[in-house]
Amino acid sequence: MNSAAISPVDPTPTDWRGEVMQRRIKKRYAAERRFKTLGIGSVLLSASFLAFLLFVMVGNGLRGFTQTELPLDLDFPALTGGASASQFEGPNAEANLKSLGVQEIVDAGIDIQYGENSELFSAGAWKAVRSAILQNPNIVEQKTTLTLPVESEIDVAYKSDGSKAAEQIVAKFDNELSTGFNWNFLSNSDATDPMQVGIWGALKGSLITMIITLLMAFPIGVLAALYLEEYAPKNRITDLIEVSINNLAAVPSIIFGLLGLAVFLNIFGLPRSAALVGGLTLALMTMPVIVISGRNAVKSVPPSIREAALGIGASPIQVVFHHVLPLALPGILTGTIIGMARALGETAPLLMIGMRAFIATPPNGVTDPATVLPVQIFLWSDEVNRGFVEKTSAAIIVLLLFLLTMNALAIYLRNRFETRW
Amino acid sequence: MNTTTLLILVIGLGLLGWVVGRAKAARLVAASSSKGSVHSLPNYHGWYVALWGVVPAILFLSIWNIVSPALITDAALTSPAAEALPKDGFTRGSILAEARSIANGDQTKAFNPLSTSMVEPYQAATSYYQTIGMVAALLLVFACGAFAWLKIKPELRARTKIERVTMMTLLLASLIAIVTTIGIFVSLIFESARFFSMVSPIDFLFGTEWNPKAVAGPRGESGFGAIPLFWGTVFIGAIIAMIVAIPLGLMSAIYLTQYAPPTFRAWMKPILEVLAGVPTVVYGYFAALTVAPALRDFAVSIGISNASSESALAAGVVMGIMIIPFVSSMADDSIAAVPSAMRDGSLAMGATKSETIKKVLIPAALPGVVGGVLLAVSRAIGETMIVVMAAGLAANMTANPFSSVTTVTTQIVQLLTGDQEFDSPKTLAAFALGLVLFIVTLLLNLIALRVVKKYREAYE
Repeated sequence: MNSAAISPVDPTPTDWRGEVMQRRIKKRYAAERRFKTLGIGSVLLSASFLAFLLFVMVGNGLRGFTQTELPLDLDFPALTGGASASQFEGPNAEANLKSLGVQEIVDAGIDIQYGENSELFSAGAWKAVRSAILQNPNIVEQKTTLTLPVESEIDVAYKSDGSKAAEQIVAKFDNELSTGFNWNFLSNSDATDPMQVGIWGALKGSLITMIITLLMAFPIGVLAALYLEEYAPKNRITDLIEVSINNLAAVPSIIFGLLGLAVFLNIFGLPRSAALVGGLTLALMTMPVIVISGRNAVKSVPPSIREAALGIGASPIQVVFHHVLPLALPGILTGTIIGMARALGETAPLLMIGMRAFIATPPNGVTDPATVLPVQIFLWSDEVNRGFVEKTSAAIIVLLLFLLTMNALAIYLRNRFETRW
Repeated sequence: MNTTTLLILVIGLGLLGWVVGRAKAARLVAASSSKGSVHSLPNYHGWYVALWGVVPAILFLSIWNIVSPALITDAALTSPAAEALPKDGFTRGSILAEARSIANGDQTKAFNPLSTSMVEPYQAATSYYQTIGMVAALLLVFACGAFAWLKIKPELRARTKIERVTMMTLLLASLIAIVTTIGIFVSLIFESARFFSMVSPIDFLFGTEWNPKAVAGPRGESGFGAIPLFWGTVFIGAIIAMIVAIPLGLMSAIYLTQYAPPTFRAWMKPILEVLAGVPTVVYGYFAALTVAPALRDFAVSIGISNASSESALAAGVVMGIMIIPFVSSMADDSIAAVPSAMRDGSLAMGATKSETIKKVLIPAALPGVVGGVLLAVSRAIGETMIVVMAAGLAANMTANPFSSVTTVTTQIVQLLTGDQEFDSPKTLAAFALGLVLFIVTLLLNLIALRVVKKYREAYE
């Protein structure tokens, strides 16, 4: 049978070199180039979002680590009525300083140099004087010039654009104003005045919360991963456990906050705003992440290890705890650190259990009212005072640095200890 | 002595039991004639004694901690001072609660003079029952520990017993996941049921007016229509965010897997993944501080005068950026799962790379990509901080991206922060919203996983 006769295809051969075909190929190649450009464009666009975000945060935030300062001449012998340096040394120094009334002295000094009601300095400026005296008591016996933090609006105006009144003051004192590192930001807690706020309280709250989360989630997660991967029989309960874990890993974090509110606060009666409740809530959230990564790590240990151990007489428990677990540990740790990093950046569930209170003193225990770094960022972002913008961004820089360190540690652990079988 | 010190003491005694038990077993091994005549290694005997000592005592202490407050109250009520108390249950309860917190040192001054008279009986009863609990716990440690120690013999199967306990612990740890899931479900259902006893579910699910602040009385039925919230959630999370995330995520995945040179891929993939690791509160701040004002200025410049500074667009775009790596890695996985024979066949027929991708790879990978998008949507609608900080609180039903809308998660935060009474429909509404959110995300996840699984099976 002649196949050409019944074929619907035009039997004349295609003229590949003809103009029509050449034009068509050109068109197809152009489409290819367009598609490729689109691809690289979207990769670069996504990356530039990240770059822009970091640029904005760092640009705003670096200013938050500095403060604007103005020199103040303090004639201590005249202001204090002749206090001696020896009073402010040794164990009684704090009490003596209290009775001296540093705040009034500084206020008087400001009135003398800059006139009354000048409102140039931060309300916390006297604290800087107090710590200067504690550091070097000799200054109370002489005339001294100290550089002290200025008031928040002037600070904003000096660093960028501020209100008109503040800009005039900046123009007036332009030669005397200087910029110094804001140590208070690292050592203070929340305050109403942006010149006096610090992140130490929130950082300590985060630390305590994370320790509780780790203590709860890590052992439970690892044990559950070992059970599911090594011992679990194929039955209903095992299926139910697996479904629960996969489901919990996908539940929105705010739901865990509702659980914490309903169970830990209302049923168990644990204190509101406490790091304990926050840690427990985040532990429930982190546990599935640890289980899932732990199972993958346990799965990657080759069966030959188990068979060898069983072969020389180890019991199933000994096989797992003496051989499989140590080999899987780097993988488990990597997953744990990633889960902890996620918990460290979490805000919504903690708002539900009341960790959004104004906390001016760092927590000293697991049941003290506490706040954490992301919640502190959220609270500051709500403040109207413009001085808080740079503080919020500075706190974000600190948070991102912590997350970066944790992720870098996870990558290091993975590369350094994980065995490829 | 408080509970914490007692607990530390019990655990310390357990440690002692470990040492003693291990020592006895070690002596047995030394005295035995042949190797292997002692069934278990000395360590297991140590654990045997330690667990026998500690576990019953801790179980007793936890039960005692639940039971003893009732016993203390009963004892305090038998004291002569209690006869002066009013018979009315509510005042009586509040006086007792006050006396208890003064006796425990949580509170220093009483509001009700009657509670001061009750402090002393309370303190006496408390110290009495605490001593009983402490002595009983310590006796239990010694008795059970000694029992276990006496049982140590060469033929004792200590290892088998310890391993059985270990297995139980492993099983318990796994069951916590189920307990948590049930806890979420039960607490949401329970609180929602209380809410729906005050507000009809029909009004809640199909009402179009959301204004919980206006609801005055406990039986206020209006103002809890959640449709505007559902619309806002879908508008931001499933429409605007996906318009940003799907093209960018998909094209990034395609470029990185099909075109990019290895070094470029090695650098860009982790960089894109950083986008998923940035905390949501940072995105929220970014949206509120930078993106929202810029979008408003843009809207005003193109002639939309009523543009809000808290716009659906700002929240949606930033959420989309956050979701990009998620979509991209799901697309990456499903494209990689397409058998290479299909790709090679298409290329061998003379198709260009982009034609292969568009006509062969993407259609083949489509179920996986769709599953990934569903997962991304479920993640976007559960996202809280970005919308809380950038989307606003006005419950508008509008398709104008420059106006402000509100979402389910925003309202949950709004209803549950600030001063709250736990029985008002306002607070309970948050749990009803949470229940809806939980069910919707659960369904999305189940459907997505099923779609992905079906598609994997098709190629295996």
